[in-house]
Amino acid sequence: MPASTLTAANALRWIEACAALLDEKKAYLTELDSAVGDGDHGVNMARGFQAVKAKLPTVPADDIGALFKLVAMTLISTTGGASGPLCGTFFLKASVTIAGKAELTPAELGAAFQAGLVGVVALGKAAVGDKTMVDVLTPAIAALTASASGEPLSAALARAVEAARKGAEGTVPLVARKGRASYLGERSAGHLDPGAASSLLLFETLAKTVGN
Amino acid sequence: MKKLINSPENVVAEALAGMAAAHADLLRVHTDPNYIVRADVKAKPKVGLVSGGGSGHEPLHGGFVGLGMLDAAVPGAVFTSPTPDQIEAATRAVDAGQGILHIVKNYTGDVMNFELAAELAKADGLQVESVVIDDDVAVKDSTWTAGRRGVATTVLAEKITGAATEAGASLIEARDICRKVAAQGRSMGVALTSCTVPHAGKPMFELPEDEIELGVGIHGEPGRERIKLRPADELAELLLQPIISDLPYQRGDEVLLFINGLGGTPLIELYVLYRKAAEIAAAAGLKVTRHLIGNYITSLEMAGASITLLKLDDQLTRLWDAPVKTPALRWGL
Repeated sequence: MPASTLTAANALRWIEACAALLDEKKAYLTELDSAVGDGDHGVNMARGFQAVKAKLPTVPADDIGALFKLVAMTLISTTGGASGPLCGTFFLKASVTIAGKAELTPAELGAAFQAGLVGVVALGKAAVGDKTMVDVLTPAIAALTASASGEPLSAALARAVEAARKGAEGTVPLVARKGRASYLGERSAGHLDPGAASSLLLFETLAKTVGN
Repeated sequence: MKKLINSPENVVAEALAGMAAAHADLLRVHTDPNYIVRADVKAKPKVGLVSGGGSGHEPLHGGFVGLGMLDAAVPGAVFTSPTPDQIEAATRAVDAGQGILHIVKNYTGDVMNFELAAELAKADGLQVESVVIDDDVAVKDSTWTAGRRGVATTVLAEKITGAATEAGASLIEARDICRKVAAQGRSMGVALTSCTVPHAGKPMFELPEDEIELGVGIHGEPGRERIKLRPADELAELLLQPIISDLPYQRGDEVLLFINGLGGTPLIELYVLYRKAAEIAAAAGLKVTRHLIGNYITSLEMAGASITLLKLDDQLTRLWDAPVKTPALRWGL
């Protein structure tokens, strides 16, 4: 039976899977970042999520808000670069809307992620089309929040991943207007944005976790 | 990768331990979270001056901790900004009741992490001001980009603002002096070779034997264009003319001319560059009354150099000449 909601157990498995996948994809993300930035994105994300993984045993088993808050605070204090504050803020703002919840409907998850996205945009001041993680988060979260009531989470996430993938691919031809890639000007076109790529990985991992 | 290291993971920690062992008279290294403070921190009531950023630019920033310059430096991982809790801890460590000034290089990560740290410190009642250095003329300043990068003017800002805080400047006075340096300094660099971040294990970018990257950033970010290698005199022109035309210098202006090595270029070549740069400045009617030549803000083992011009006035000259005693810069004592 497809999962209809995100349970606290699945949320925890998602974060664990992210830590494993980001460690595995370290070289890939770093390579993307070397082309347009300073080549530390993969290593930074992996370091941040490994620190998160180490702290997971301390989080209550039935509170997704507390889980997201732990992820947020750990990413902010261990990741460094721009990814730390940005990913940390995403989880921090998302955690506020779901404090104490043991289970989230697709709409609740969408609303939490939307709050996270608003925080990311406020801190990073990026808009859609600037060739950043916002180009993935925006369409993916829109797909999630648009889910009809009663739609299983796995179906909503499948659409979100599809939208995220399109968003990530859409960053390739763009000229970067935020972050270090913006120094390249026209030369940034033709490269996949590393922040968009890692955001896509997070959504793919979520869909896979819920689907299994 | 051929590096004088033990393991990529331990480079920053082991370098910090080396600094602590070598410079116990000048500084202390705090670990977990990592920051470097003056040995005589808070010995007198003064504004605390804190800077920081990714490691790999040594001697920036840790080498500038000491009398007449920084009170604390916050090193991140190589080429990665430090985290807010590190910066906040350093900020607290230098709080002598007169407020704290952060000097931040303009990179997205640095600006965000320092901003979060300042918010945390302010929430606890500390007075914090920040000045962002964005002096790299290779990057077009536009609302559509992250703005100009902060490069070698940072060294001059730390020296001059450090002298001001040492002499008892208030937080607002120190901030305004630092802002003046930021506004009157301009830089541009050129890379002859790439550099390798230890944990990445391979060069940031590939540069053919006969090509150079004009307008390179201190993390190997590409600049204006990739061109064929040329004689040093032509490179001096290519670096200095955009600087001179960017900041409206008047004939007769006094300037500090700073030739900075990026880590892999010998001093003899920096002097070759200085010779021509001084000539170009003189031809433009500028009086080079102060200078600095050496490797002060580097990009690991990258070969190359940057040129910085800082427009001086009596106040900035006096503060530049004031005594300084740090691992990497010392005079007047």
